[in-house]
Amino acid sequence: MIFEGLAEKLQNTFHKLKGKGKVNEKDVNDAMREVKMALLEADVNFKVVKDFVNKVKARAIGAEVLESLTPGQQIIKIVNEELTELMGSTQSKIAFSSKPPTVIMLVGLQGAGKTTTCGKLAKLIKKQAKRPLLIAADIYRPAAIKQLQVVGGQVDVPVFTMGDKQNPVNIAKAGLEHAINHGNDVVIIDTAGRLHIDDELMGELQSVKESIKPHEILLVVDSMTGQDAVNVAEHFNEKLGIDGVILTKLDGDTRGGAALSVRAVTNKPIKFAALGEKLDDIEVFHPDRMASRILGMGDVLSLIEKA
Amino acid sequence: SKTTQGITVKIEDLIKSYQKVDEELLEELEEVLITADIGVQTTMEIIDHIRDKAKAEKIKEPEMIKVILKDKLKEILGEFEDDQQLNIQPSPAIILVVGVNGVGKTTSIGKIAHKLKGQNKKVLLAAADTFRAAAVEQLKIWGDRVGVEVISHQEGADPAAVIFDAIQAAKARKVDVLICDTAGRLHNKKNLMNELGKISKIVEREYANATRDVLLVLDATTGQNAIQQAKIFKEATNISGLVLTKLDGTAKGGVIIGISQELKIPVKLIGVGEGVADLQEFDSNSFVNALFGEE
Ligand SMILES: Nc1nc2c(ncn2[C@@H]2O[C@H](COP(=O)(O)OP(=O)(O)OP(=O)(O)O)[C@@H](O)[C@H]2O)c(=O)[nH]1
Ligand SMILES: Nc1nc2c(ncn2[C@@H]2O[C@H](COP(=O)(O)OP(=O)(O)OP(=O)(O)O)[C@@H](O)[C@H]2O)c(=O)[nH]1
Ligand SMILES: [Mg+2]
Ligand SMILES: [Mg+2]
Repeated sequence: MIFEGLAEKLQNTFHKLKGKGKVNEKDVNDAMREVKMALLEADVNFKVVKDFVNKVKARAIGAEVLESLTPGQQIIKIVNEELTELMGSTQSKIAFSSKPPTVIMLVGLQGAGKTTTCGKLAKLIKKQAKRPLLIAADIYRPAAIKQLQVVGGQVDVPVFTMGDKQNPVNIAKAGLEHAINHGNDVVIIDTAGRLHIDDELMGELQSVKESIKPHEILLVVDSMTGQDAVNVAEHFNEKLGIDGVILTKLDGDTRGGAALSVRAVTNKPIKFAALGEKLDDIEVFHPDRMASRILGMGDVLSLIEKA
Repeated sequence: SKTTQGITVKIEDLIKSYQKVDEELLEELEEVLITADIGVQTTMEIIDHIRDKAKAEKIKEPEMIKVILKDKLKEILGEFEDDQQLNIQPSPAIILVVGVNGVGKTTSIGKIAHKLKGQNKKVLLAAADTFRAAAVEQLKIWGDRVGVEVISHQEGADPAAVIFDAIQAAKARKVDVLICDTAGRLHNKKNLMNELGKISKIVEREYANATRDVLLVLDATTGQNAIQQAKIFKEATNISGLVLTKLDGTAKGGVIIGISQELKIPVKLIGVGEGVADLQEFDSNSFVNALFGEE
């Protein structure tokens, strides 16, 4: 990984200038080039990187850095602050409806982790003294329903299914009805993976949305996604109006720049981070951790904070 | 072919908007390459190559830049033209399919089985993903769909034992190609990667005479992490080919340029949908064209 040390590179860039007196604008530009490369290497979308770098540059040149005795650290600090802010400064959770059942629908590309995450959410929500119901609305993928049933079994949460011969709108409606009749105060709908450019299947999700009015439509995004994350997020958000994002497979070694891209184009909070295949492997999303992961410099940041 | 429409800037339009070859043009080109997930490092190398060549040959026409670029990319990808076929001759053959979670392994296996059946091969599938919920059922549905038998154990069983049984079955039934599905695993999980080593040993010991192919499935939507995936899977299992899936979306899969260059593994097949026929042989020409939103 070429960007193991953005921090180191920045320190070096500025180290060379020691004794030369004040840092000038060109020095800042050089440093910003390193930042830009680091973000691109982390898969942050090109346009998002550009906007971000311009913003940071303006702030850096504006004041703090040029006057500072430790310009490298100052830049890192500004980058980190801006990045954390862009990631969403506060943690957000599921908003439960005051009129249960709260309806949650998971959507996303094929293989992103929707079905697994349904199980994880069900388990999490169950721990909050609620009675969730899972609804199997993926009628396309081979054994998708069985998969949800197995996952539901593992977390001891009931799964509503009508097989794969009914359309997802009918399934969702009947599932909601079932929840009301059986005292389930939260329903979580698993939908089939689909491409954001598949008009027919995106239309299907719109119909489901129309008919059952979910409180939370959550876009499930694989944290390894590359530049295309912006297209995916933009389309899903445009067509459905998502309420938040769940980032999966963060147990890998990806920098996860997609998080930043998705956040920047939708302006919707990333609510949860999924970190494994087991049904406990989910946590509330921490924007600050994600920021330093994308930059690949968690340790350095804690050092700067202490200094 | 059923590949991507150009949501990213079309190289054509970009080139047309310039009168001469200059740094500005190269910079915009750089953007296009990065947007296709080609990655910073590989992109820089390619741009340097173009700059050098343009200088050396005194090229002034922007149109020529496109030619140099395409040639370069095709050179990187085309290096393996002889290796792009599945390695299944002579029979019997065994194909091991590996990759991280959710990339399209099981689906690709269904499609490959269908393709081979169409070539009158006798195919058998091994359900060695014993971990993921309903993975065995998923493969069985694919088996039914394409009319191929599946050897399986219970969920939670030892995957190496499934492979062992499947090999014995393949021998007994005189199968031409045995295709083994494995559980998705992230390359940074040591114990799961070791499990692949164990499977390879079983294959070596029990099926020494079989022709072998180990396919790493990569998702075109994946960014630079795919390079890491390829590196580590190659170390663990001797990958002999890549399958690049989900090219029916808007992602370009440009990361395989860097992978080809660095790791010298040929792309053998591409996935362009969820249907049984949505599998194509990899063609570097059309891939490069699609990369830039040209049909
Ligand atoms: N390592 C890891 N694997 C995950 C995580 N979340 C899901 N997976 C795995 O990713 C693969 C795909 O997950 P699914 O839940 O089937 O994804 P999906 O979005 O429902 O897939 P489709 O329904 O086919 O679109 C499975 O192998 C899961 O076990 C995660 O956080 N970490
Ligand atoms: N659009 C599109 N979807 C695909 C393609 N290949 C596979 N998929 C879908 O991607 C999802 C995951 O595919 P699987 O075959 O289950 O992936 P896998 O690698 O076996 O997943 P795990 O076993 O959970 O690791 C499914 O919804 C497939 O239908 C493709 O080429 N294009
Ligand atoms: Mg699913
Ligand atoms: Mg599978």
